[in-house]
Amino acid sequence: MSLKGAAYIAGAWEHPTRKAPDKSIALLHAECARGALADAGLTKDDVDGYFCAGDAPGALGPLSMVDYMNLKCRHVDSTDVGGSSYQVAVGHALEAIAAGRCNVALITLAGRPRSEGQATGTAPRPGNPAAPEMQFEFPYGPATANLYGMCAQRHIYEYGTSSQQLAWIKVAASHHAQHNPNAMLRDVVTVEDVVNSPMVSTPLHRLDCCVISDGGGALVLTKPEIAKSLKRPLVKVIGVGESPKHQAGGQIDLTYTAARWSGPPAWEMAGIKPADIKYASIYDSFTITVLMQLEDLGFCEKGQGGKFVADGNLISGIGKLPFNTDGGGLCSNHPANRGGITKIIEAVRQLRNEAHPAVQVRNCDLAIAHGTGGTLGTRHCGSTVILERE
Amino acid sequence: MAYVARKIQFVGTPETNPETKPFFEGAAEGKLMIRRCTSCKKAHWYPRELCPFCFGNCEWEQASGNAKIYTYSVMERATPPYAIGYVTLAEGPSVLTNFVDTDLGALKIGLDVKVTFIKAEGDGPVLPFFTPA
Repeated sequence: MSLKGAAYIAGAWEHPTRKAPDKSIALLHAECARGALADAGLTKDDVDGYFCAGDAPGALGPLSMVDYMNLKCRHVDSTDVGGSSYQVAVGHALEAIAAGRCNVALITLAGRPRSEGQATGTAPRPGNPAAPEMQFEFPYGPATANLYGMCAQRHIYEYGTSSQQLAWIKVAASHHAQHNPNAMLRDVVTVEDVVNSPMVSTPLHRLDCCVISDGGGALVLTKPEIAKSLKRPLVKVIGVGESPKHQAGGQIDLTYTAARWSGPPAWEMAGIKPADIKYASIYDSFTITVLMQLEDLGFCEKGQGGKFVADGNLISGIGKLPFNTDGGGLCSNHPANRGGITKIIEAVRQLRNEAHPAVQVRNCDLAIAHGTGGTLGTRHCGSTVILERE
Repeated sequence: MAYVARKIQFVGTPETNPETKPFFEGAAEGKLMIRRCTSCKKAHWYPRELCPFCFGNCEWEQASGNAKIYTYSVMERATPPYAIGYVTLAEGPSVLTNFVDTDLGALKIGLDVKVTFIKAEGDGPVLPFFTPA
């Protein structure tokens, strides 16, 4: 049985904060939960399924947060695949709702790396020494920026992609962010601004990198009967896919992402093709992340991403594929160093016709929200969600 | 960009993972040890007891230490800057490493490199690095 349409996104809420030194991480999660439930027109007592990931405080997956929020759940899931966890959670909530394991699924993300002074992209973060790769990677200083820099370097080598083409991705995000009062970076930038910004890790400049922000977001998914009883526009989940990609025993190929594998099942479930998409939320930890995922999701041929993103093709009202109209991670926010949920939230705004008028896509009936978690240079998960306005 | 040595940090100790202890014993003697499957005969990276291609049993062998740069990135934001990269060993697998004792601006994909060894900070073990051949 196809899961297409078995659940709707009834509530979506993004925390407006970008710096929250006076709030606990648990409180940020709970504020996001309250916001998304209010948006849906539901209450805390309606929630019977809770989904979170590694940003949720507490050692045992969902347990601390269901306790803190005093939720009575009959289904929980804390699959943690970094920033892609929230697209994965939408897929898992879809399955749980279809199987009758819950009727109202709540997904939360929150964190405050900015208040905690985390150098997310440039300082290697040691993990559990028992992780089998740790001893063969950590000594070499794998910060986030240089792991993505390696992907960009290889893409440039194989396909002739240029720093100017990568810069267009940031330029498009900045055109959108100027209309988002909550965005951290609201100034419109040019290709020259990006390529002349300080080098972080070759070939990625400062403006090729996403922001570091506090904040969070939440989603509420329900079964169709409940969604149709509410007063919000109907946003139906019609396609999901998830897949990890890794180093394959040393058979390294950094020219593609896990979107190559998470995309096809989502397209197949939805019964549509990339050309049908009116709006795309694409995970944007770095400009290269966007370019590679667009290729791997089939919006252009492999290697043609540079040409595809150039000349404003991702700018709403100008290009063929409006992307990240909230400014995305490159300009607006990247709460908990995990941008997955904000990608879904902006896709919901577009489908509800509730994006900022300056960036709202006309007749937006089909949208995609793709996430990446982990790092493209080592191990990551790709997760794809396709949504339809009914 | 001139090469400046950086502090090499190691998490845990070689004893943390008994599976890979011989790797560090080899490195201490200037040998790059890799694992090869006795069933499918493929070499892999990073070292594992069971073959990641067929779950067969593996044995240690000394790699030639010859490799080519698959990709790299110079972290200019760091003090001192350093170059991370993957090199593809002559034996097949690609390995995450740093490039040392070389002008960081002269690195190129496809460049021939060879293994060299540096000891990590404190009680850390000797580890393999790569430098132009």
